[in-house]
Amino acid sequence: MSTTVITAEAEGKTWSGGNEPLRASYGKMMMWFFILSDALTFSGFLAAYGFSRFKFIEEWPIADEVFTHVPFFHGNYPMIYVAFMTFILIMSSVTMVLAVDAGHHLKQQKVAVYMFLTIIGGAIFVGSQGWEWATFIKGDYGAVQTKGGNILQFGEYVTVDGEQKFKRVAIADFVTASATERTKHERKNGLWFTDEGTLPEYQMKDVVKGLEANSNILVRNQIIDKEGKKTVLTREASIEAIKNNGKRTVHGANLEMNEYGSPLFADFFFFITGFHGFHVFSGVVINIIIFFNVILGTYERRKNYEMVEKVGLYWHFVDLVWVFVFTFFYLV
Amino acid sequence: MSAHVEDAHAHDDHGHHPKETFITKYIFSQDHKMIAKQYLITGTIMGVIGVMMSLMMRMQIAWPEEPNVIFKALLGKWAPEGVMDADIYLALVTIHGTIMVFFVLTAGLSGTFSNLLIPLQIGARDMASGFLNMVSYWLFFISSVIMVCSFFVEAGPAAAGWTIYPPLSALPLAQGGSGMGMTLWLVSMAIFIASSLLGSLNYVVTVINLRTKGMSMTRLPLTIWAFFVTAIIGIISFPVLLSAALLLIMDRSFGTSFFLSDIFIQGEVLHYQGGSPVLFEHLFWFLGHPEVYIVLLPALGITSEIIATNSRKPIFGYRAMVASILAIAFLSTIVWGHHMFISGMNPFLGSVFTFTTLLIAIPSAVKAFNYITTLWKGNLQMNPAMLFSIGLVSTFITGGLTGIILGDSALDINVHDTYFVVAHFHLVMGISALYGMFAGIYHWFPKMFGRMLNKKLGYIHFWVTAVCAYGVFFPMHFIGMAGLPRRYYTNSNFPLFDDLANVNVVITLFALIGGVFQLVFLYNFFASIFYGKKAVQNPWRSNTMEWTTPVEHIHGNWPGAIPEVHRWAYDYSKPGHEDDFVPQTVPMYEGEEELQH
Repeated sequence: MSTTVITAEAEGKTWSGGNEPLRASYGKMMMWFFILSDALTFSGFLAAYGFSRFKFIEEWPIADEVFTHVPFFHGNYPMIYVAFMTFILIMSSVTMVLAVDAGHHLKQQKVAVYMFLTIIGGAIFVGSQGWEWATFIKGDYGAVQTKGGNILQFGEYVTVDGEQKFKRVAIADFVTASATERTKHERKNGLWFTDEGTLPEYQMKDVVKGLEANSNILVRNQIIDKEGKKTVLTREASIEAIKNNGKRTVHGANLEMNEYGSPLFADFFFFITGFHGFHVFSGVVINIIIFFNVILGTYERRKNYEMVEKVGLYWHFVDLVWVFVFTFFYLV
Repeated sequence: MSAHVEDAHAHDDHGHHPKETFITKYIFSQDHKMIAKQYLITGTIMGVIGVMMSLMMRMQIAWPEEPNVIFKALLGKWAPEGVMDADIYLALVTIHGTIMVFFVLTAGLSGTFSNLLIPLQIGARDMASGFLNMVSYWLFFISSVIMVCSFFVEAGPAAAGWTIYPPLSALPLAQGGSGMGMTLWLVSMAIFIASSLLGSLNYVVTVINLRTKGMSMTRLPLTIWAFFVTAIIGIISFPVLLSAALLLIMDRSFGTSFFLSDIFIQGEVLHYQGGSPVLFEHLFWFLGHPEVYIVLLPALGITSEIIATNSRKPIFGYRAMVASILAIAFLSTIVWGHHMFISGMNPFLGSVFTFTTLLIAIPSAVKAFNYITTLWKGNLQMNPAMLFSIGLVSTFITGGLTGIILGDSALDINVHDTYFVVAHFHLVMGISALYGMFAGIYHWFPKMFGRMLNKKLGYIHFWVTAVCAYGVFFPMHFIGMAGLPRRYYTNSNFPLFDDLANVNVVITLFALIGGVFQLVFLYNFFASIFYGKKAVQNPWRSNTMEWTTPVEHIHGNWPGAIPEVHRWAYDYSKPGHEDDFVPQTVPMYEGEEELQH
C-alpha cells in the first residue's frame, strides 16, 4: 500500500506541470513523434509488400538468386554485398552513438571526427545502393516473358561434387540475334495508351532456334517446389513452353518487367529501398550540415550538443528501418 | 527546462523589438492566436465552397437534367444550357467530401481550436515551436489553393470519390477526372499531410512539456485532452495515407502495378500485373476511419467544456470521459475493415471488424450519457454555443445509432452505398463536428476577436440549421433503405425510384433553406469582428485559464508571470464559494476538499 502511494505522489510531481515530464526538450520529443509518424509510413509500405508477396507466395523470386553480385568480382556470391552494406550502415550508427556521447562531454574535436565517420558510412551505403540498383536493372542471365506475364528462365544440369545441380545459362550464350529489324511502336503511330519500352535484343524465333539447337538447355518456371526451388521442366515441355507461350525476352528489371519473376518484386524493391535510400540521403545531408556547425563551434558556444542528439535519433531510425527492409527483402 | 528559460527570455526581450509590421502580424505570424484565426478564416472559405457544392448536388438530384441558371453561372462549360454534366456531378461529390472532411473539419476545426486553446488553457506563452506552427498553416493554405485550382484544369477535378479508389484514380485516362485533376488532388493531399504532421507534433509536445505549474494531466480541461489525443491519432494515421498516395502516384505516373492488375482498355491489354485495388482500400481506410475521430473528437472536447460551463455543474465523469477518448482513439485504428464489407475481403475478417466496430459503441455511449447527466438538473444558461453543443449531443446519438446497424456486416451489406450510409455519416461526423465548430466559434469568439457575436442572430442560425439538418438527413435513412444508391447523378432512369422523387425534392428544399441561412452566421461573424459588442474578460463566467488573459491579445498571453493552477477546470457551483464558478488559478482555501472527478 505504501509503495502505491509513493508512486502516485512521484507521478503527481512528474506530470503536475511546469516541468518536462519525459525529461526531453520539445525539439527532441518532436523528433520522436516524427519518427513514430515516419515509422508508420514505412509500415504502410512493408504491409503492402507483405500483402502482395503473400498473394504470390508460390512464385515469388528467391532473393538468393537475385542479389548475387559483388563489385570487381565475378561469380556467384549471394547476399555478400548487401551484408557488407548493412554492416557499414550499422557501424555508422555506432559512430553516431560515439558522436552523441562525445557531445555530452563537450568534446568538439571528437564529435567532429565521429560525425565525419558517420557521414562517410552513410555515403558508402547510398553509393552501394546505387550500385545494387544498377546491377538489378542490368540483370544477368535474361529470361523469357510469357503471354500470361510469367517468367521462364534457362539453365542446364551440371554435376558438382557428384551432385546434380541446375546451373543458369544466359540467353546470350545460346541464342544468336537475327538480323531482321522491327520498328518500334510509338504513341504517334497508333499505340495510344503507353509507349513501348526499348525493343528486346532477341526475338522469340531466335530463342526457339537456339533452344532447339542446344539439347542440354532446360527451362524452369516461377513455381516454387517443395524443396524451395523453382520447378525445372523436361526438355519437351521446355521447348513447348517457349514455343507456345513465349512473348518476348527480358533482361534485368524495371518497373514494368522483371527477369527474376513477378514485376511486383521489382516495383516494391525499387520503391521501398528507394524511399529508404532517400531517407539515408537526406540523413547524410543533415549530418553534413550538423558537422559544419560542430566544426564552426556553434554548439560549443551553446555548451549544448542536443542538435547532434536529434539527428542521431533520426539516423538510428533510418538504420532500424533498413534492418526491417533487409529482413523482408533479402532474408525471408 | 531550457525551453522555459528561453521562452521567458524571449518574452522579456519583447518590449525592445521594433514595432511589428503588417506582414509579421497578420500574414507570417508565429503567434498561435493569429494562426488560429488564419485557420478559421481559411476553413470558413473552404466551408462555403464545400457547402455550395453540396447544394448544387442536391438541386441536381431533386430536379435531374433540368436547366438551372445557377448551374449555368457557376459551372460554365460543365453545364451546357444549364444542364449539369454527369462527370461534374462525380467531381462535385469528390471535392465536396474532400474539402469538408479534410479542409474544414480537420484543419478548420482542429487547426483553429487546438492552436487557440492549447497554449491558453494549459498556461503556455505560445506553441512549442511558433515557426513550425506558421509553416504548418502555410502548407495548409497552399494545399487548399491547389485543391481549389483543380477545378480549373481542362478535364475537371478528381472524380473518383473522396476515397480515390483505383483504378479510377490510378489510370490517367480512365475518366475525365482521372487526369490532371487527380494528380492535383494527390499533390494537394501530400502537402496537407505534411501540414497536419507539423501541426500535430506541435500540439502533442506543447501539451506534454509546456503545461504551467499545477496543471497536471488530470486537471486538463477535456478540450485539451481531445485535441491532444486527436493530434496523436493524426500522427499515427495520416502517414499511412501518405504511403497509399505515394504508391498511387507511382502507379499513375511511373508504370508500377501496386494497385492494378490485368486491365484492358479499348481492347488493348495494359502491362499492369499482379497488383490489388483491395490493398489500396486497406491502406486508405487505415487512415480513413481514424480520420472520422480526428474530425469528431475536437468537437466532443469543445462540447464537454461548453456544456459544463453553461450547466454551471462539474462535468459528469471526468475520468470516464478521458478514458473514453483514449478508448475511442485506440479502437479507431482497428476497425477500418467495416468500410470494406463488400469489397471481396474475407467474410471472417469482416466478422472480426464487426466485433471491434461494435465495441466503439461503448465509449461513445459513455460520452453521450455523461453529457446528458451533466445537463441533468443543471442551471442551464442558454446561448448559441450551448444550443449547438446540445445539438451535437442530439445528432451524435441519432447518427451513432445507425452506426450500430452499419457496423454489423450482415446488416451493412443490405444498405451499403445507399443514402442510408450518407445519412449516417453526415449526422454523426458531418453535422456533429460542424455543430462543435459553431459552438466553439460562438463560445470563443470573444477570446479571438475581443467582441461578442450577436445572440439573436445566433439563435436564428441554430434553430434553422437544426431543423434543416434533420430535414435533410432524416428522410435519407428511408430512401436509403428503399435502395436509393449514393453518388448517382440522377435516378430518373430507374422507375423503381420514381416514388422517391418527392422525398428528394423535400430534402433539397431543406438543404437550400439551411444553406442560405448560413449567410446569417457569416454576416454575424464578419460584422461582429468590427462592430460587435465589446467583450468583457470572462463573458461566460468560466473556469478555464484562457479567460484570465487580457481581452486585447498580447504576445506571450499573460502580461506578468504565468499564473499557477490549483484545481481542475470544473469547479462550478462548488459549495463554500461565493460565485458559482472558481477559476483554476484560484488557490484552495484552508481545508477545501479537491472535488476530483
